[in-house]
Amino acid sequence: MTHQEFVTGDTPLPDIVILTHKLAREYIMGTETVRALRGVSLQIRRNEYVAVMGPSGSGKSTFMNLIGCLDTPSAGEYWLNGQKVSDLGDDDLARIRNKEIGFVFQTFNLLPRADALHNVELPLVYAGMRAAERRKKASDALARVGLADRMHHRPNELSGGQRQRVAIARALVNSPSILLADEPTGNLDSATSNEIMGVFKELHRQGQTVVMVTHEPDIAANAERVVTLRDGLIHTDQKQAA
Amino acid sequence: MPFYEAISLALQTIRAQKLKSFFSVIGVFIGVTFLIAAVSIVNGMNRYMTDKFAATIVGVNTFQLRQRPNINFNMTDSIWRSWRRRPRITFADADAVSRGVTVPVTLSWYSEDQGTVEYNGKIARGINLEGTSADYFDIKNLNITEGRPFSPQEAKAGIPVAVLGWELADKLFIGNDPIGKTIKIQGLPYTVIGVVEKQGTMLGMSLDKFVVAPATSPIQRDVNPPHVVDALMIQANTIPEMNAAMDQVEGIMRSRHHLRPTQDDNFALETSAAVLDWWSGISRLMFYFGPGIVMISLVVGGIVIMNIMLMAVAERTREIGVRKSLGAKRKDIMRQFLAEAITLSTVGAALGIATGIILSIVIQAFTPLAAQVAPWSVGVGVLLGSVVGVVFGTLPASRASRLDPIAALRQE
Repeated sequence: MTHQEFVTGDTPLPDIVILTHKLAREYIMGTETVRALRGVSLQIRRNEYVAVMGPSGSGKSTFMNLIGCLDTPSAGEYWLNGQKVSDLGDDDLARIRNKEIGFVFQTFNLLPRADALHNVELPLVYAGMRAAERRKKASDALARVGLADRMHHRPNELSGGQRQRVAIARALVNSPSILLADEPTGNLDSATSNEIMGVFKELHRQGQTVVMVTHEPDIAANAERVVTLRDGLIHTDQKQAA
Repeated sequence: MPFYEAISLALQTIRAQKLKSFFSVIGVFIGVTFLIAAVSIVNGMNRYMTDKFAATIVGVNTFQLRQRPNINFNMTDSIWRSWRRRPRITFADADAVSRGVTVPVTLSWYSEDQGTVEYNGKIARGINLEGTSADYFDIKNLNITEGRPFSPQEAKAGIPVAVLGWELADKLFIGNDPIGKTIKIQGLPYTVIGVVEKQGTMLGMSLDKFVVAPATSPIQRDVNPPHVVDALMIQANTIPEMNAAMDQVEGIMRSRHHLRPTQDDNFALETSAAVLDWWSGISRLMFYFGPGIVMISLVVGGIVIMNIMLMAVAERTREIGVRKSLGAKRKDIMRQFLAEAITLSTVGAALGIATGIILSIVIQAFTPLAAQVAPWSVGVGVLLGSVVGVVFGTLPASRASRLDPIAALRQE
């Protein structure tokens, strides 16, 4: 790799959005300790498009939860956008999730009773933005994903692809440092999957950093770099022609 | 998330689940309905007692000299027995008082009992038989619509003439003119000379089932032992004059009963204050038991709301996970669910207030009870509603706020 070696006590270079250093996560299950992640060191530059792959049990989900600041590591460091977040508390992590991370889930995770606009507004609500400004930003974000005419539809009035677009708009609305997608096409047919991959590609072209967890090689093929995990460690880390 | 947004979110949730929300607030609803209705009955009855009841029973600026109080509350046997041993008020006492009082007053003898009145084979039972002086009609402000009252001369001579209450006249004569007819009171004949204007009802009892005859007419044998009256009614022009007259009457009666300065009065001077005392005793009872009932239903209602909220937290675990992943802090989630509990119970309280007000209007219109909504009880209702929400919403809300986002997102 071209990255310089990181040692504890350093700060990441300015163009490094994600830096993990010997990141480990252990769970205690009864009397047994499960070492889900055994020391993952990885650096992701701004505007990279990275796919994280690996069989089930490889530590992929644990890695994704840590990157997404939903979980805290047992050991090691995690720097996100120049800030060390591995030792932050609950409320600080909530703030980081709100500002720096845009989640896209396999099951969309939209609020069923709220319309598309309101779903997209949610991160801005928690950012403390005023209603008028919020509405404008949310409708801009929906327009960006091509849903300007579906703002007042509820999730159950939208197709799977449209729902995932709403979720993408929601992920982007607060201009996060990374777009973190967990099996974003897992619940979609192949035509719609391609459509969503097209959206990701366009966002990447516009400068968005994208990290996508998937187990499908076809989907991972869309990324410019593929990291494979196995048994809680990085197995391969390859650039590929996008 | 600001609190008003949390509340508007809560209102959306309630609107989406109207029936469930209604059942979850039914305890608070019942509690507050009871609160509003009970307070308005006490309040309405208070007014009624002060404005009408006391004046009707005793008379305005009027007191009664009696052997023992007519209106009493919390009586014990021993007090009752000691009252029974007191000397009765006699015709001679009444005369002495009339002569002795220097304050300008109107007086009337008054004795009463229940009895039977008949006319032409028609029998009216349970009629109030009243033996009085001529001024009784003035003191009680009774208007004669047909005929005339008896004169002081008739009263003094004990002429057997009778003035009928409206309902009694209606029952015996059914629309025919009663004036000049002869009725029998407890079997003895009296000539009807007048009918009193309809008085209506009080607390469901008719005020028109009575007959008035001169106290010294034969009716005296039906209502009291010879030369004894139940009461001497004394009406002054003003309250201060009434108090002065009461002092004079007390002096006269103490001397007539040969009481030493250390001895208590062995007679009673009763004003409308006694009626109000009696009523305030009853209303105090309402104020003891009322809050208990309200509290019980509010606590039950609160527990129901707590359960509903715990269920809501369980059902919406995934929503909580999503919100947390989007940057909701613990206090945001806490606030959301607390606002929902508060909104629920306040909506319940508002429904209770509306129903309580409707109920008190219905009570006022269709029952003998008086009811009038007390504005403060509306305030208390709203306050109690939100307090219940805070108290019983805290546990579910804090449980929601502590959920682990990963586990919450994984929930189906």
